Amino acid sequence: MPNKIAVIGDKDSVLAFKAVGVEVFDATTAEQAALLVKKLSVERYAVVFIAESLAEQIPETLAKAKLQTYPAVVPVPTGVKPTGFGKQGIKSDVEKAIGVDVIFNKEDKQ
Amino acid sequence: MAVLNVNPTRMEMKRLQGRLKTAVRGHKLLKDKTDEMIRRFIELAQENKRLREQTEQELCAALNAFADARAVEDERVVEEAILIPSRTITLRCSKRKVMGIEVPQMQIDDNGGELYPYSFLTVTPKLDGSLRGLNAVIVKLVELAETEKTCNMLAEEIEKNKRRVNALENIMIPQLTETIKYIKMKLDENERAATVRLMKVKDIINR
Repeated sequence: MPNKIAVIGDKDSVLAFKAVGVEVFDATTAEQAALLVKKLSVERYAVVFIAESLAEQIPETLAKAKLQTYPAVVPVPTGVKPTGFGKQGIKSDVEKAIGVDVIFNKEDKQ
Repeated sequence: MAVLNVNPTRMEMKRLQGRLKTAVRGHKLLKDKTDEMIRRFIELAQENKRLREQTEQELCAALNAFADARAVEDERVVEEAILIPSRTITLRCSKRKVMGIEVPQMQIDDNGGELYPYSFLTVTPKLDGSLRGLNAVIVKLVELAETEKTCNMLAEEIEKNKRRVNALENIMIPQLTETIKYIKMKLDENERAATVRLMKVKDIINR
């Protein structure tokens, strides 16, 4: 069973994760990130956090990773503010399953 | 709807009736399954949204604090301080079944190492705060990962299930009903033909 956590992102933003005991992988371009995700998918990683800015550029790789139980590839914000890419993911899931987005729509109306 | 290419015999009809019965039952079961999956999915998606909003904010706060610490201190000092962490986080993972799909279940398992792998003398206290914050966020991040993955997989499964239900409802069941009707008509027709033939023969004999 996989048991490790990894973080993919540019060096500056993921340095902090290193201190708390998470494995850190540098990637600055989309190609590097896609390669890393593929590589980590076959190793013993259970969770791969990936910087939102990189995740936005590799939708195909993420879609493929969604089909496996492990690892869970999760986009996380690494900048000053979240870009909203993570929420977009939930939204598209809801749209896929139900047809309309009932969760974020409700909020807009209120 | 096209009629299946079968011989219009009583045996074939019996076979098709059996298939129709199974298809109808399967359709009902699958539809119920979709309903239940959607119910669970909505719960999970709401949880997922709540967790994500909360975690994103906390994570950003922690990372900002870390950036602050790096700004006030010499960059190399900070890098050196956390170059070799004394702490490693691993996960205890297992699989859990939700509506027949295997989803991950994770629990954090740290080795209890010192959170601050540096001497307090050289490094600004701001770094301590940011690391403490980040350490707390990691737990939530793992929880988020678990929920999000479950959501992803459930959404995928709901879509697949919907396609199955539609295939049964719009293709399989109409096709079978149509074919059974066609065979029944054909058999009735044959029976009528036989009766008429008999009557005619009787007529000829009596004459």
